Amino acid sequence: MTEDAFLRIKDLDLRFYTYEGTVEALDDIQMFIKDGETLGVVGETGCGKSVTGFSELNLIPPPGKIEGGKILLRQDDKWVNLLRQRDAYLRTVRGKDISMIFQDPKSALNPVYTVRQQISEAILHHRLEELCMKLLQDSKAATESLKQGNLGEKEKAKLAENVLSNREKRMLERMIEDPGSFMVRAASKIPVLNRFKRRFDREVKKEVVRMLKDMRIPDPDRVAEMYPHELSGGMAQRAVIAMALSCNPRLLIADEPTTNLDVTVQFQILTLMKDLKKKYGMTVQYITHDMGVVAEMCDRVAVMYAGNVVELAEVVEIFKNPLHPYTKALLECIPRPGTEFKSIEGFVPSLISPPKGCRFNDRCPYAMDQCVRTKPAFVTPRKDHFVLCHLYAGESR
Amino acid sequence: MSNMLELEDLKKYYALTGGLLRRQVGAVKAVDGISLSVRKGETFGLVGESGCGKTTLAKTTLRLLTPNSGNIFLDVPDDVKERIRTLQKEKKGGQELRRLRGQWDLGVFRGRRLRNVRRKMQMVYQDPTRSLNPRMLVKDILLEPLAVQNIARGTSALKRVSEILQRVGLTDRHLYRYPHEFSGGQRQRVAIARALITTPKLVFLDEPTSSVDVSVRAQLLNLFQELRKEFDLTYLYISHDLSVVECIADRVAVMYLGKMVELAPTVELYKRPLHPYSIALLSAIPVPDPTFKSKRVILTGEVPSPVNPPAGCRFHPRCENAMQVCQTQEPKLIDIGNDHLVACHLFNK
Repeated sequence: MTEDAFLRIKDLDLRFYTYEGTVEALDDIQMFIKDGETLGVVGETGCGKSVTGFSELNLIPPPGKIEGGKILLRQDDKWVNLLRQRDAYLRTVRGKDISMIFQDPKSALNPVYTVRQQISEAILHHRLEELCMKLLQDSKAATESLKQGNLGEKEKAKLAENVLSNREKRMLERMIEDPGSFMVRAASKIPVLNRFKRRFDREVKKEVVRMLKDMRIPDPDRVAEMYPHELSGGMAQRAVIAMALSCNPRLLIADEPTTNLDVTVQFQILTLMKDLKKKYGMTVQYITHDMGVVAEMCDRVAVMYAGNVVELAEVVEIFKNPLHPYTKALLECIPRPGTEFKSIEGFVPSLISPPKGCRFNDRCPYAMDQCVRTKPAFVTPRKDHFVLCHLYAGESR
Repeated sequence: MSNMLELEDLKKYYALTGGLLRRQVGAVKAVDGISLSVRKGETFGLVGESGCGKTTLAKTTLRLLTPNSGNIFLDVPDDVKERIRTLQKEKKGGQELRRLRGQWDLGVFRGRRLRNVRRKMQMVYQDPTRSLNPRMLVKDILLEPLAVQNIARGTSALKRVSEILQRVGLTDRHLYRYPHEFSGGQRQRVAIARALITTPKLVFLDEPTSSVDVSVRAQLLNLFQELRKEFDLTYLYISHDLSVVECIADRVAVMYLGKMVELAPTVELYKRPLHPYSIALLSAIPVPDPTFKSKRVILTGEVPSPVNPPAGCRFHPRCENAMQVCQTQEPKLIDIGNDHLVACHLFNK
């Protein structure tokens, strides 16, 4: 579609094979995310917002299956179809290129590990090499400045801590070469020999505390050693965000990160996410059902209905000039004081046997004959404004 | 307008036990001295963050929980209330006070009297999946209150059930189904029907729309409005969704850590919040308009534990305008005109 895209979803078709029948959860959806923007994905329960996010990480649980389409991620001017990659490659993408925050922080955290252990898992997986290099460099710098002498006792002691023994150096070098090698694995299990891990752990912990500090958690040293049940909802969500951001992802998928939180805490988290986005230069895909949050956070919005992306445009366009009948109806549902509450007639269709043609046709006030017969195509009646509706067919630009 | 419900200095503490003998070592002060009055026919909004005691207040008022102290008056003549108040103030008249409270004060009701008064007040809970028994048919769910309250039985009861079902937007087809066969919105309608079948006067709505989608939420809110007119109901609407409360409530009370910090007519409160906490709470509502830029007040820190709340004003550790007096003295609710009550030393002149 456009050239400045960073991730493109083309004709993605996702089905869940259940006992009741085949659920057509995503029906050839089209979407793209631009570099550095915040894309909001809105829609009601069961419209496919979250599974779109899961598909991008290729994390669809069975009985779900992706039946067609492409998810293209730009890697150094090349487009990589994530759906065609091996698991080993995907593991380098997950967490490092694309990372996700889940809806309920309490269930996203493992109750039997401390916050530090959980955050360091991602760091150890993706940033091992970088950390080894840093340790070796620190050691080198320390030995050199120790040789030069003329230092106070305290400074000397401080520097001496950074100096690595030869065995430790060899071990770290080997880890850079091949972290899964037999030597490393064996040595890390044998007492005395596994001392190199201690220094390593200290370094990782420093990194974790730095991340928690970035999340504006007061007293990060103490919080790092806490278990999830000791944290409040807002704190737990911050810890989850820290985990997601620990490897500097290029794309962060936030799946309703503030739904279970109070408004004041929600506001704290939203401000934090905005600041972090600036600081880390991320692209964010923000999944939510709250139009207020969309207006607050997003640059562009994708509106989803019953497994379709029905409209995709800039946030001001969506609010000021919505084109799709569903978007219009959804915006009218926002309660405003002094007026009657408006709702959308009818029910969300079952995705086991969705309506033929346009999936909104049975609730749409503008439904025509062809809406029942053929599925509409994505058209652009205005610049950068995509809509899936027969009303605007032929107005494409 | 007369008062439907009056709460006076209502307290509910949850005991914390510890040690070998399970002695009480402390208390969670969930509701700590709340006085308010709900007028006949109005919708009274109750807002606050989670853990501030909103639901405990509702449950205590319904007497699903027994209050530690305080009076609850439901539809009590003014002269009786006055008599009880004077007796309590003078701390005498033991016999008469006990008799009067036993007869009129819902806070000390027991047995048959309690059951009878419960017919007049009902509650709709937050999550209908959990508040409806999954093993009961809708018919049985709706018949149970009629049987318990001895209102109707047999065919007349069934007739009543189908009437109320139709009123909330369901049909007789739904009678022989289990709760899991319904969508979230329909399930909440069953819960509403169950609450209304005893023809109550006062209905507590505890975040009734928090588990449904935006489009269904509007349908439910409209239903509430219609039912209120039709059955002459009084609502106590508990929510943390402040934009819904703005649309549905006539007056709103803001709670923080078991205390009421502000009470005002809705328009007044949303236009001119006075308490620093209300200001922060209202400014945190996301506005569905991308061009809107507002001055936001960020609250730092977390809500303190209600086991040992801060001395003085409970909000002072997070308050921007905290003064010396806030740390030591608890502010009282003061009327600053326009039916607007606020508990803050800033307005204490």
